[in-house]
Amino acid sequence: MATWKEETQNLAGSDLVLIRGGSGKPLLVLHDELGYTGWMSWNEELAKDRELIIPLQPGFGKSPRQDWMWRHRDLANYYLNVIRELGLEKPDVLAFSAGAYTAAEMAAANPELLGSITLVGPMGIKPDEGEIFDIFAATIKTCLRKTVFNQEAKEFSEIYGGEMSGEQFELFEDARAESARLGWEPYMFNPSLPDLLRSAKNTKLPTLLIRGSEDAVVPQDCIRKYHDALPQADIVTIKGTGHRPEIEDSAEFVAAVKHFLA
Amino acid sequence: MQIAHFTERPVRYLAEEPVLENRAFFGVSNKYYDHEKAADDYNYYLDEACFCEEVGFDAVALNEHHGNPFCSGSVVNIEAAILARITSKAKIVIIGNMLPGVKHPLRVAEELATIDTISRGRLVAGWVRGAGSEQFFNNANPAYNREMFNEAHSFIMDCWTKDGPWRYEGKHFHYRHVNPWVKPYQEMPQQWIPGVLSAETVMWCAEKQYPYLGLGTALGPTCDLWDMYADKSAELGYQAGSENFGYLLPIFCADTDEKAQEIGRGFIFGGGQNAFSRPEHTLPPGYNSKSAIRMLGQQPGGSWLGVSKEKLMAGADDSWDASAYDGLRAKLVAGYDKAQDNMQTVVGSPETCAKKIKDILSVIRPGVFTCFAVQGNVSDKDRLRSVELLGKEVLPDVRKFADEIGLFGPFDRTPGSVKLAPGTKRAPVVDREALVKLNLP
Repeated sequence: MATWKEETQNLAGSDLVLIRGGSGKPLLVLHDELGYTGWMSWNEELAKDRELIIPLQPGFGKSPRQDWMWRHRDLANYYLNVIRELGLEKPDVLAFSAGAYTAAEMAAANPELLGSITLVGPMGIKPDEGEIFDIFAATIKTCLRKTVFNQEAKEFSEIYGGEMSGEQFELFEDARAESARLGWEPYMFNPSLPDLLRSAKNTKLPTLLIRGSEDAVVPQDCIRKYHDALPQADIVTIKGTGHRPEIEDSAEFVAAVKHFLA
Repeated sequence: MQIAHFTERPVRYLAEEPVLENRAFFGVSNKYYDHEKAADDYNYYLDEACFCEEVGFDAVALNEHHGNPFCSGSVVNIEAAILARITSKAKIVIIGNMLPGVKHPLRVAEELATIDTISRGRLVAGWVRGAGSEQFFNNANPAYNREMFNEAHSFIMDCWTKDGPWRYEGKHFHYRHVNPWVKPYQEMPQQWIPGVLSAETVMWCAEKQYPYLGLGTALGPTCDLWDMYADKSAELGYQAGSENFGYLLPIFCADTDEKAQEIGRGFIFGGGQNAFSRPEHTLPPGYNSKSAIRMLGQQPGGSWLGVSKEKLMAGADDSWDASAYDGLRAKLVAGYDKAQDNMQTVVGSPETCAKKIKDILSVIRPGVFTCFAVQGNVSDKDRLRSVELLGKEVLPDVRKFADEIGLFGPFDRTPGSVKLAPGTKRAPVVDREALVKLNLP
């Protein structure tokens, strides 16, 4: 078991809670729009040869909200300053869903600062076909059902089984509120992002796009549009999984990420 | 005191099944819209307001909702503008303009000033944040709802008081050239704020000295909230009184209790107020304050307009058999009886209504009392008879009683005008002994 710890650092002008675990070249992990769900088996596997640095997004209950953040672009630039202040040398970024949207904005703003980006079920670009599922118009249970295709996955019940405590409920609502602040309109995409990614395209920033074959949150067309913007990207589809391939088939997920980062 | 008539202007031609099937009014497809019947309804409701004025109501109150056959008023200022011309003495109370949803406070300032001017000073402006579902319909970011509400309100006050032209660069709103060439007829219209037990809204009202209107809230929690308002008022150096409080109550009156009970079931048509919108539309992200969310999280059985943490956690399709209409209606009828037992709905003959209204006034002592007309597919004739009985038989009795127990409306005594010296103990604003005597379940 890799050790991980939670620490608070003052970075880029505000306190930021970080989960850090493992050792090796840094891997910056950006959680999704519903918040950090804890140290799972995929974290454990990747932490065997990487140091995982997982910022808990400002406004999600633990790191204080930053009133000046209006868009994912703002959050992305904040994280770029966090990278600078932590002194990370071209870290790889592994990011999920709306976190992947933020990572794409980071790549658009300053691709030279990053080693690579792995975007899992990325929001951020408007699909031509289909729509990004509106999590804001769903109850918690509907949202979870929509998110996870393979509900037999062991870690699904570990994360979402049992009674939700008052504290969990509050954190969940904090996450939804902050996600709404950043992504309510237009809903979880930036119309400029495909063009802004030109710099990441020109610098050939290594990119991996991962999507669960049964993802009901982010349409396949989002992957196509990302690939159009970043033609250097590799694409991995993990069969039999939905929007959370990292917990639905963590072995396949870890293999894909490790292969890409090797 | 001031007594107002209020109606949601329900879409009366809609069958109940689509609402039950949808589990809420919000979201029922507008494929059921009927332009001929709608034209009848829209015109009828304007006529009903005129009739209210004729039979003795002091005010007609109206609101707006969106995408929702519970209330056909979608653009409240248009209806209010018509009433400004076709009524002659009733106050026109808008409860209210949903500032975050409209997203254009300069336009709101102009519209309301126009209504006040045409009516020669009969406007009562009211402000609301908009129901949760409104944020979806208007694509108004719910996480900024309170911020937008506060900023829009402040901007409108400036529009009505500052000479232009001036420029405005705020956080959510920006205007290059503010110089509206219509201003309120009154020096400043009164502003009455409706709410359903939001502590933040109550405190805001106390700070602004605005009357707070409880929307059919249970009497006990209403007392708690009004005490909170009065405590804040005392801190700010004034004694809150009946002029600071209003109450809106579902009321239906008919010639006999039996007939009233039958027709009053319109209040539970489609599920009534608790079926306004489904949980996922009632509490959008960031719409509620952190303290309200904390309370909801700690009290799984707690409820806000029929939404609890349990319902939020539940799947959308687990416990609803939309085809079992008879069973659903039986549950709704039980709720109807309970609401009457709790005094949150008053239905009956003029005698019955007057007695219950007086009991309620004794407890919460409001200066504004608003009769919320029946919902559902109730005929013009039955609706108008209720208005007539209330206006001619109930209200005189209620007014006399209000005078006897010293209830002043906000037009009788200006809210905030009774000063309180620092350190002085404030007077009670509610009568909790009277509440105990009601022996509510």
